[in-house]
Amino acid sequence: MNRINKIFKEKKNNILSIYYTAGYPGLGDTVAIAAALEKAGADMLEIGFPYSDPVADGPVIQASSKLSLDQGMDLNLLFEQLKELRKTVTIPVLLMGYVNPVLQYGVERFCKACAEAGVDGCIVPDLPMVEYEEFYKDVFLKYGLSNIFLVTPQTSVERIHKIDSLSNGFIYLLSSSATTGQNLQVSDTTEAYFSRIADLKLNNPTMIGFGISSKETFDKACKYANGGIIGTAFVKAIAAGNLEDNIKAFMTKFTS
Amino acid sequence: MNYFVNEKGYYGDFGGAYIPEMLYPNVEELRQNYLKIIEDAEFQKEFHALLKDYVGRPSPLYLAKRLSEKYNANIFLKREDLNHTGAHKINNTIGQILLAEKLGKKRIIAETGAGQHGVATATVCALRGLECVVYMGEIDIQRQAPNVARMKMLGAKVVSAVSGSKTLKDATNEAMRDWINNPVDTHYIIGSVVGPHPYPDMVSIFQSIISEETKKQLIEQTGNDQPDYVLACVGGGSNAMGMFYHFINDENVKLIAIEAGGKGVDTGFSAATTFLGKEGVLHGSRSILMQTADGQVVEPHSVSAGLDYPGIGPQHAHLFKTTRAEYVSITDDEALDAGLLCTQMEGIIPAIESAHALAHLEKMKFKGGENVVVCLSGRGDKDMDTYMKHFGF
Repeated sequence: MNRINKIFKEKKNNILSIYYTAGYPGLGDTVAIAAALEKAGADMLEIGFPYSDPVADGPVIQASSKLSLDQGMDLNLLFEQLKELRKTVTIPVLLMGYVNPVLQYGVERFCKACAEAGVDGCIVPDLPMVEYEEFYKDVFLKYGLSNIFLVTPQTSVERIHKIDSLSNGFIYLLSSSATTGQNLQVSDTTEAYFSRIADLKLNNPTMIGFGISSKETFDKACKYANGGIIGTAFVKAIAAGNLEDNIKAFMTKFTS
Repeated sequence: MNYFVNEKGYYGDFGGAYIPEMLYPNVEELRQNYLKIIEDAEFQKEFHALLKDYVGRPSPLYLAKRLSEKYNANIFLKREDLNHTGAHKINNTIGQILLAEKLGKKRIIAETGAGQHGVATATVCALRGLECVVYMGEIDIQRQAPNVARMKMLGAKVVSAVSGSKTLKDATNEAMRDWINNPVDTHYIIGSVVGPHPYPDMVSIFQSIISEETKKQLIEQTGNDQPDYVLACVGGGSNAMGMFYHFINDENVKLIAIEAGGKGVDTGFSAATTFLGKEGVLHGSRSILMQTADGQVVEPHSVSAGLDYPGIGPQHAHLFKTTRAEYVSITDDEALDAGLLCTQMEGIIPAIESAHALAHLEKMKFKGGENVVVCLSGRGDKDMDTYMKHFGF
């Protein structure tokens, strides 16, 4: 069983997923961050592979991607690091990035490399659902990879059901229509949106992301979904200082 | 061969809508409505009335006598430089502002390189009383100061894009981010034939007025609506697509697109996309773009801010791949020289973008008597600083 399916089967609630950018703050930090996060209680990892023109990201994650690229990160190096990472890390690992680097690497070659490196799923926000269904779904399935789709407050119910039918891991609920790094404001409207999704009784579990930066916002996310994803707040927290201490201090806020 | 968009939003292998889910509703709303709105008789009436009385169309098709003698061909200049705001960009922004109103949008965003599209967008927003935010690369803001002032005077907010190369590509990223964060009330007026479907088709339809008029004017002036050659410069490629549009199926008309070679195609300072690029995805569509082996977008270079873009529109990629149009490149210096030549032989100071198209005439061999149309996409007032520095005026 894919590690993503396994974690949702075993844990069901309060699943904590952390996003970080590969090769940031130091090019060689990818493995150490994963190990420290697992040790500190993270349930799942989303590792960003950097792209020069990340339109869905806010300034913090964009800057981390730029630094990583400037330091020499590329997909070949990342897959090497992931193989190293899998020697110790056992929680699910997802790769998150944009479609162009995947296309240049070659979709089949990319999926094969993911499988060989122990990656469990991918999040490619600008890969259209229709393209995935027509051209790439079989390749992803062949290598046992989950493809995670995003849902926003503007996504129609019909489309959410379609996404649910094409998903085999979890569905990524955006707290609002926004780039990364905005604060989660749980208003009546968002609450209604989250409840609406919960009422749809989807086949796949859900995770809420974008805007979760504190224990309070994480708890709110867990009220409506199986868990929450933290990205920008974590990337900010590890920007400077001792990596291991920063990670421990950051994670304590969510796990204590 | 079909050179136009199919029902799935593709031109052959190119096009599509590679967008994050956050943009899906906006783009889908446009896709479902744009043709219905544009083809409506009331819309057409309003669009053409504004083009005539506000923009000043039809723009003349001018037989440039001295250039014709020099090159031994009939060189016709399609005078988009005479449009209100000084370039072809206004054709598209007039169309899109009317469309945005029909969609009930209250706020307009745009990206701009040279500032021509930004000025054209700010202009139509002033005309219709809509809020306007224009994203512009920090470097372009510095090199196109008069256009920045124009936009501000027109009431637009100009936001500096400080990421990446700080030019058009990054302004486009910032505008897309703004749209993601403002999905309901905002319309994004993309200025070129790039972006997710239906933008490339929509912008080319609005710009196709250029070739529609040219055909009528050629009949009046030459008795034949098909010239031997049609030339236009290409950054993203909107003036070229407008200039090519009604000639695309006239297979005996040779279409030539001129890219910005910068300091030279092999120097590492170039924006000649078809020479240096590979197939890939940028700003929402599959096209040809300048990128590393790892799929990272390469920073382009051109003396003309309007051509300083690492990709081309998907329809151009299709015309290139099917060889329906020929893609060539012109260096910064060749373009500047051609701009000076046009100024001194015809009394017309062209935008440096358009000067790239004029420069290609030097490289063509004519038998005599051929009819050649060059899209003079914009005027050179905005480029005086660059011309002055280069020639020491």
